[in-house]
Amino acid sequence: MAFNELPFEKPINELKKMINEMRSAADAELPSGKAKIARLEKKLSALIESTYKNLSAWDIVMISRHPQRPYAMDYINNIGDNFIELHGDRGFKDDTALIGGLLEVGGIKLMVIGQEKGRGTDEKIYRNFGMAHPEGYRKALRLMKMAEKFKLPVLCLIDTSGAYPGLGAEERGQAEAIARNLREMSVLRTPSVSIVIGEGGSGGALGIGVTDRILMLQYSTYSVISPEGCASILFRDASKAETSAKSLKLTSSDLIHFGIIDRIIEEPIGGAHNNPHEIFASVKSALIEELGALMKLPPNILTKKRFNKFRKMGVYNE
Amino acid sequence: MGWFSRKNKPVKADNSPVDINKEVWRKCDNCGEIIWLKTLIETEYVCGKCGYHFRLTFSEKIRFILDEDSFRELFATVGTEDPLDFKDSLPYKKRIAKAESQNNQRSAFICGEGRIDGKDVAIGFLNFEFMGGSLGSAEGEKIARLIEHAIENRRPVIIVSSSGGARMQESIFSLMQMAKTSAALALLDREGLPYISILLDPTTGGVTASFAMLGDINIAEPNALICFAGPRVIQQTIKQELPEGFQKSEFLLEHGMIDMIVKRKDFKSTLSKLLEYLNGN
Ligand SMILES: [Zn+2]
Repeated sequence: MAFNELPFEKPINELKKMINEMRSAADAELPSGKAKIARLEKKLSALIESTYKNLSAWDIVMISRHPQRPYAMDYINNIGDNFIELHGDRGFKDDTALIGGLLEVGGIKLMVIGQEKGRGTDEKIYRNFGMAHPEGYRKALRLMKMAEKFKLPVLCLIDTSGAYPGLGAEERGQAEAIARNLREMSVLRTPSVSIVIGEGGSGGALGIGVTDRILMLQYSTYSVISPEGCASILFRDASKAETSAKSLKLTSSDLIHFGIIDRIIEEPIGGAHNNPHEIFASVKSALIEELGALMKLPPNILTKKRFNKFRKMGVYNE
Repeated sequence: MGWFSRKNKPVKADNSPVDINKEVWRKCDNCGEIIWLKTLIETEYVCGKCGYHFRLTFSEKIRFILDEDSFRELFATVGTEDPLDFKDSLPYKKRIAKAESQNNQRSAFICGEGRIDGKDVAIGFLNFEFMGGSLGSAEGEKIARLIEHAIENRRPVIIVSSSGGARMQESIFSLMQMAKTSAALALLDREGLPYISILLDPTTGGVTASFAMLGDINIAEPNALICFAGPRVIQQTIKQELPEGFQKSEFLLEHGMIDMIVKRKDFKSTLSKLLEYLNGN
């Protein structure tokens, strides 16, 4: 248990453990035992509620990266049916950090694209920790263009600490691949929804994020740089990550307040990892609702509205 | 009909090039050599002693690219805000004030209309001296307006970048300028108007990963650092020495990311010829 535990989860988990121990204790079935358990359960729910009401930005960063948090593949497997994965950018290789394919969600056929971090050491390495190379962004664009051709809406599941910073990525044009996606997604003639399910890390996240609707899970984050990166560059002090997290205003409640995102999908008490099936249901119904509205609009209205949406973003004076 | 007309009427210059007689020498940032400005202009602002490429000031860039006195600034009043009330070692508001007073500009992007061998262009420059030429909301807004101005007036767009990337102090607002500027370029594309991106040393991060890489033609100056992730970040990731010349203009040309490397003295003549071609028959 303690292996995946976040600091603020510790008192909660201790209390849970205590309740479990009492349940298997000798007096568990006696009125006195039952009363004790009930008291502790009440205490537990109060503790969870107060803990999750007072989360700092840094706590939310930790939840967004929680190793037990549902990943893109979990959503694909649990919100839809008949997933057919499609591979490759047709130029260099198949990027396993960024998956894509055809999926049916509540009767809507769509193209899904998602950054997958991988669970467990081997899969994490296989998925390159969810950090895509240029071929990942190029695969994503290929699939989006295909979706446009066959009039399928596009769903993008964002969950990456960023696009991969490495030799091969630079050689093959990481910047160009992301830039092209930004331009092409803005004029894609089919409805699109992006959902930040965990980390929305900078250009690597935005590279699949120029969509008609931008949704965020309650405890996900979205910012121009990681708190750690910001700490070392701006504060010149790596230990300032917590302060940076606060300064960057990267939580879903910040971003809805700024008008950058359209909707927050509330998470179960304790975060998505505490009740994955509840979050799958919430994501599914939010998605169906958003797509239902978007699919009524003709492509030229969609692209015009999408352009205006991003055109308005920014705060300046004159 | 082509997208440019050849009007000969002079356009009033708000930012006239620097008077070279006023400024007679510059010190090399790399080796400290004192060089006569006249010599420096002749050597395209490359140090004769150590080969260092001086970063060009705004007026020098103008002089290398545009017809004399042809620049007329647009959207100069768009200025920088602090939407997050951001504070690192210094409050962002103080950084803005300092950059504004040092540069006598309200943002890192200066743009307007100018002419190249008589051909009208919509042109903008990211100024590295203003907060590392980083992309914030004001810069993004001006880039979008410049592109819209170009569409309205049927002008080709030229953007000259030198930038450390996205403006971290504006967090999500800065990130979204990448989408906003790229979306504006999609409209320009649809109008069949040319966009030429000129990448100077250094062009990195969110600027490279948006409008700077999206030129119909991408041009770099020699030996410029052009990248998505900076060399230090990559070195931390891969934990080994980076190859010689990695992420320099010549490396990008070899890997197919830019169309050509052009020496500063040839900027204008190259642009002029390209614009002739892109105007069609
Ligand atoms: Zn020198």
